[in-house]
Amino acid sequence: MNNAKQEVLALNGDEAVAYATKQSNVDIVAAYPITPQTIMVERFSEYVANGEVETEFVCTESEHSALTACLAASATGARAFTASASAGLALMHEMLFVTSGCRAPVVMAIANRALSAPLNIHGDHSDTMAQRDSGWIQIYVENAQEAYDSIIQAFKIAENSEVLLPAIVGLDGFTLSHTLENVRVLPDRIVKEFLGARRIPNVLSHEGKNVPFRLDPENPTSMGPIALPNYYFEFKRQQEEAMKNALRIIRQVHNEYAQISDRKYGDGLIDSYKLDDAELVVVCLGSTAGTVKTVVDELREEGVKAGVLRIRTFRPLPTEEIVNALRNVKAVAIMDRSMSFGSSGGPVFHEIRHVLYDAASHPYVVNYIYGLGGRDTSPAQIRKIYEDLQTILKTSRVDKLINYVGLRE
Amino acid sequence: MTSKEKSWKEISPAGVCWKSSTEFLTGDWKTYTPIRDVQKCTKCLLCVMFCPDGAIHWRPEKEDIEFDYNFCKGCGICANECPTKAIEMKIQ
Repeated sequence: MNNAKQEVLALNGDEAVAYATKQSNVDIVAAYPITPQTIMVERFSEYVANGEVETEFVCTESEHSALTACLAASATGARAFTASASAGLALMHEMLFVTSGCRAPVVMAIANRALSAPLNIHGDHSDTMAQRDSGWIQIYVENAQEAYDSIIQAFKIAENSEVLLPAIVGLDGFTLSHTLENVRVLPDRIVKEFLGARRIPNVLSHEGKNVPFRLDPENPTSMGPIALPNYYFEFKRQQEEAMKNALRIIRQVHNEYAQISDRKYGDGLIDSYKLDDAELVVVCLGSTAGTVKTVVDELREEGVKAGVLRIRTFRPLPTEEIVNALRNVKAVAIMDRSMSFGSSGGPVFHEIRHVLYDAASHPYVVNYIYGLGGRDTSPAQIRKIYEDLQTILKTSRVDKLINYVGLRE
Repeated sequence: MTSKEKSWKEISPAGVCWKSSTEFLTGDWKTYTPIRDVQKCTKCLLCVMFCPDGAIHWRPEKEDIEFDYNFCKGCGICANECPTKAIEMKIQ
């Protein structure tokens, strides 16, 4: 454990992200500063205006351009950050794939918000879930403290030579992004030492030389040029391998960070709560885990063997860890804060249920879609989910596979 | 696809080119091939300048032009621009 004194600041999730970005010695922040942008880049632009950072701040004309600027800067070896939410992330869609395909370790914070129409920018996971196949690492945080910690970790994970993938840190819109919390921040020096400068691995160039993997006039390379049917597939397979490596690197960086901060979030991939002997488990992402834990504490006092599994890292999906965590569980409720219209249930449900298909334990797995467009989910509603699981166990029957929490029927 | 092509483990990330573009021969795309009538050609070099792929070269040692069919796509711009109509596009 490190004895570095940590200051306690009152920050909302956005400000926690901006503060972590300030300490991460970012070379460029490019962002579109109008709705649905959040306080993240507003605060950061103040740091720039006050001369507190040496970062190049680029106000672009759209989110598509913001990510393009970050990608281009990252390709030269710079450390790049951007932030967006909702429709802004949707507008980045094309460049998300270009960024991951170019293996540019851009870090982006997303205040998770709904997508129009009807027009709504309140909290849910529709924006990032719609981008889950874009080749970005996705980490969902539970509180502002974790948002701060995860941004710092994200740079180190993304830039690792075995990973080289862009990373999204998602924090629930408004619940985390705009809510004030006490956040413990590390001294600037400690963060600087932890991250260091971005290291650039070597690649084989067209001149047959090993050159740094960056755009450099001294050692010219091309990134992301045309790859026809005879090669495109191979590059996509490489991205899958990088995701597999990321599972190990996320855990490793999470552990290294615990050494300097004394803070851990499960193993960095999944975060279990009272799961060891649990029979009834709720699986969820983000800030909802806080509410679920409160309900679990109440249920435990009543003798109900309840537990929570929070998926912190959704991309790459820690499949082995999830199977292992749920190995003794009898009934599982998967909570989805977004919809996959026309499929059976939400995206988290699809993935977790798929992972459990080959697991020796074959628990009942049901889906609860909740909180769309910022609708609040109460402890009473969570309690009802556990009661449903109890009924399923008692009757050995699932009456409703897909359920909607707090929806007027 | 030939067995000479590399596996995903052997190639650089992000499509970084490991060969020069001159090693990727692209002339096999063409349907029409430009054929020059040397009797009509005045060596004005307009075709050299108009070729969008730089596939027609001036060879000073021969004092003549030369078509590089490894890179010619058969677009026919040279034939269209030739003031003496010395270039004919023949189906390959």
